Amino acid sequence: MTNTDTASHGDTKAGEILRVTGPLVRANGMHEAKLYEVVKVSEEKLLGEIIELHGDEAAIQVYEETAGIGPGDAVYRTGRTMSVALAPGLLESIYDGVQRPLKTLQEVAGDHYIKRGIEASPVDMEKKWKFNPVAKEGDKVQEGDVLGEVQETALIMHKIMVPPGEGGRVASIKNGDFNVTEEIATLKHDDDSVASISMLQYWPIRAARPKHSKIFPTEPLRTGGRSVDTFFPIAKGGAGCIPGPFGAGKTVTQQGIAKFCDAEIIVYIGCGERGNEMTEVLDEFPHLIDPNSGEPLMKRTILIANTSNMPVAAREASVYTGITIAEYYRDMGYNVALMADSTSRWAEAMREISGRLEEMPGEEGYPAYLSSRTAEFYERAGIVKTLGSDGRTGSLTVIGAVSPPGGDLSEPVSQATLRVTKTFWSLDADLAYKKHFPSINWLNSYSLYAQNFEDFWRKEIAEDFVEIRATAMSLLEKESKLLEIVRLVGMESLSNSDRLILEVARMIREDFLFQNAFDKDDAYTPLDRQYGILKSIVTYFEVGQAVVNQAEFEFATFTSVPSFAEVADLKNKLEWTKDDYQTFQEKVRSELTALVGKVA
Amino acid sequence: MSNKEYTDISSIAGPLMVVEGVEGVKYEELVEVNVTGESAPRFGKVLDISKDKAVVQMFAPTTGMTAEGTRARFRGETLKLGVSEDMLGRVFNGVGEVADGGPEIVAEERRDIAGEPINPYSREFPNDFIQTGIGSIDVMNTLVRGQKLPIFSGAGLPHSRLAAQIARQASVKDGSDFAIVFATLGVSFEEAEYFRREFEEAGALERSVLFINTAADPVVERVSTPRMALTTAEYLAFEKGKHVLVILTDMTNYCEALREVSSARKEVPGRRGYPGYLYTDLSTIYERAGRIKGKQGTITQIPILTMPDDDKTHPVPDLTGYITEGQFVISRELYRKGVFPPVDVQGSLSRLWSAGVGEGKTRDDHSALKDQLFASYATGREVRELAVVLGEASLDDTDRAHLKFADEFEREFVGQGEFENRSVEESLDIGWKLLAMLPQTSLKRVKKEQIEQYMPKS
Repeated sequence: MTNTDTASHGDTKAGEILRVTGPLVRANGMHEAKLYEVVKVSEEKLLGEIIELHGDEAAIQVYEETAGIGPGDAVYRTGRTMSVALAPGLLESIYDGVQRPLKTLQEVAGDHYIKRGIEASPVDMEKKWKFNPVAKEGDKVQEGDVLGEVQETALIMHKIMVPPGEGGRVASIKNGDFNVTEEIATLKHDDDSVASISMLQYWPIRAARPKHSKIFPTEPLRTGGRSVDTFFPIAKGGAGCIPGPFGAGKTVTQQGIAKFCDAEIIVYIGCGERGNEMTEVLDEFPHLIDPNSGEPLMKRTILIANTSNMPVAAREASVYTGITIAEYYRDMGYNVALMADSTSRWAEAMREISGRLEEMPGEEGYPAYLSSRTAEFYERAGIVKTLGSDGRTGSLTVIGAVSPPGGDLSEPVSQATLRVTKTFWSLDADLAYKKHFPSINWLNSYSLYAQNFEDFWRKEIAEDFVEIRATAMSLLEKESKLLEIVRLVGMESLSNSDRLILEVARMIREDFLFQNAFDKDDAYTPLDRQYGILKSIVTYFEVGQAVVNQAEFEFATFTSVPSFAEVADLKNKLEWTKDDYQTFQEKVRSELTALVGKVA
Repeated sequence: MSNKEYTDISSIAGPLMVVEGVEGVKYEELVEVNVTGESAPRFGKVLDISKDKAVVQMFAPTTGMTAEGTRARFRGETLKLGVSEDMLGRVFNGVGEVADGGPEIVAEERRDIAGEPINPYSREFPNDFIQTGIGSIDVMNTLVRGQKLPIFSGAGLPHSRLAAQIARQASVKDGSDFAIVFATLGVSFEEAEYFRREFEEAGALERSVLFINTAADPVVERVSTPRMALTTAEYLAFEKGKHVLVILTDMTNYCEALREVSSARKEVPGRRGYPGYLYTDLSTIYERAGRIKGKQGTITQIPILTMPDDDKTHPVPDLTGYITEGQFVISRELYRKGVFPPVDVQGSLSRLWSAGVGEGKTRDDHSALKDQLFASYATGREVRELAVVLGEASLDDTDRAHLKFADEFEREFVGQGEFENRSVEESLDIGWKLLAMLPQTSLKRVKKEQIEQYMPKS
């Protein structure tokens, strides 16, 4: 954000307010102002942003409550567009939608309510960080090159990069403890002018940070969620969406991914959601241990909390604030995962502002630019070759929750989102009602990345992973058809082979897909164990199918073999290795094959 | 602050009035309107302010107002409510005026009724179990202090009686009582009177504050009534250290009032004519619940709403469900069967249940027992449907046991009656007693040791 920076410029009084309606203010005297410039409104210095310009007149969306503001009040220009501050100290922070740290807001206000007009610096400007130079005096550097490193948390080495648009020869570089505004290096340009570099940079939130090029994603983000990783995976650098009615478990699913996925940095945006939910994350993350690194999760996390009752314009900005920070860490070469909960609230904020601007509405009152803004946002995801001469790659995975009214996906926000995301986790109210969690519907959901991962799966997990997965999915498909028949004519009419399909599909649902997010052991299953469990279930089907056609059976004999009951327990075998699963699969094989002999 | 009176009223339409030629007026400012021949002023607030024109939303009806001779005075402040601990035991109307014939309240403090958002960083996560004395809530969908959990009901269902039962019985382990802030929004006189008497008879009136807006009162009043109630609650909770239970009934009427104002302003409507900002507006009510670090008091909210045509996807229940931490759903089916309280156990949800249960809060077996009761009841209901299609003869013994379990569960566990106040331990024990009807092999969610310890031996 702009605070400290603008203070040094001094704000200039530009015009006067003409009209106030809710979060929207119109003011005159703005002929020199830029679109998306940050302004301060009234003597209370409320933070605002210019979103429309007509000659001398500007429409300003105000990020704070506007009660008590009226025509004739002054408007101050800052000369800067809406930007975020990027520097060591971002991690472990909790911000509002315009990057004001909520902890500082509480300290400055001395109150548990969010007061207006408080300025708070996004990162600690005084704190000294140990800066270790990587570049040497005389090196020729270009934009994106790493000048030095700072150990930001136990987990993350913060790379201080040459800002986009900069470059030249390193004229001087320091080593030691500095705060973020102190000079750590100088660059000499070709024309002999010198640029001073500090650890603090700004970047406008509405523009994507530059990269060298995008790369085709081929590696999955591992989340430990069985239905996500095996059935509907998302790529590192992919875009996915979780639509679902309330109570279907969007937040629990997203938090599960945020907790356990193998990204190095998590940006979690609570956009127009519940205050208590953000508190839960704040309470929980410092105590939860990251399964991939053994450190508390908070050390890799940045939270943006703009709850539903906080100003609506700041909610609109919050997703941009979050994604810009996420891109900054991507540029250092990290895998970043961003969760936005919920993008519907972001869209509603756009609708509210648009309505007050008296724009011509599109579908359901949403502005006509809803789908282009949505597409722009998700397109900022990706795995990229970053700027800089060392050819680093970094990825940004974006997962957005969508809250369709009444769970009806035909509404504009869901539709705009589905067009630009490639993984779709369809949360199902019926499954939630039956307490099947995660309530990801296995028939409607899809992942267009799955094909990209086939090589990865074969190489990293098992040669037959792809086939096992395909068999399991087709069994669920067949189950839904068979269940319709059962509903009409009863179970007796089915052949043994069909009943075997039903039985195995039930195992897949109850013993594989069902996962208890509140059980600390069950909440995370690594991919190789997921494969072990699923392969065991599919073995039961494949061997059973071969047996079932050889002789006349009472179907109950199939379910009476000892290994049958053990399937339900497979997910609790935390210590099992590949060999243990193979032993179990052998057991299934021999027990079922033995049945043929007994009956014949 | 301006003491100037404006008389140039250019239009009065519905709840809106437009005043011309104004100067120095601020957004959301309180407006005092004097109508010729009336002694008491009517009030309104500024909704839209341009250079010389103010759109005012009236809190009182505009009936009888004239464009000529009506005088508007802008008060230089937003709408405030004088709050005091003496409000306990008193009854107010929908705009916060004394309505029980008693003396005026001497305000200890005057507060803006719009409230301010609580800093998420300053919040403390709710984790104290509230015992409502109702098994289907305490065991299955546990309520915790600082939660907002609405009751989704329908026309003709006994949500008032359920709310009254909760208000009567709610207590916490440390024995402290709740103060109750109760607001009616556009309900019938009988319903409002029912609550008043209930509180009186239960001896709860002296720890309650009532705001009564009935269907006969002006629609626009309703927009501020819940905010008056919550302003009072915040004062009692965070200044006076009380645990406050806020009950608001019926939120559907509130939303309709909001729709009326929106349509008078000719705003672009969202779904079903409700304004596009309905979600944001509702959140400024529901989010005023919770706990705050370093404060002793808490606010727990139970808003009640009726779903038009029992439709959960209607904008009012839909948007409410997205903000609140779960919902209690009242089941028409159970009510018809004569089960009281008719809580739809499966359709209800408390998102914060896990924060309120377990050793030291309720009992160590609570979570597992709850899961088992859910699973067994779900199976029982599936069997019931199957029996309808295929006949009871097609059921095996396990199925029949589950069918019987589902019936007994509804009759004995859920249908405890309006005046039985069960401790959570009693409710848990009844759960175990019912599970004893089922074969032990089908009890997969509870551990063997728990069965040993808690299940009554037959």
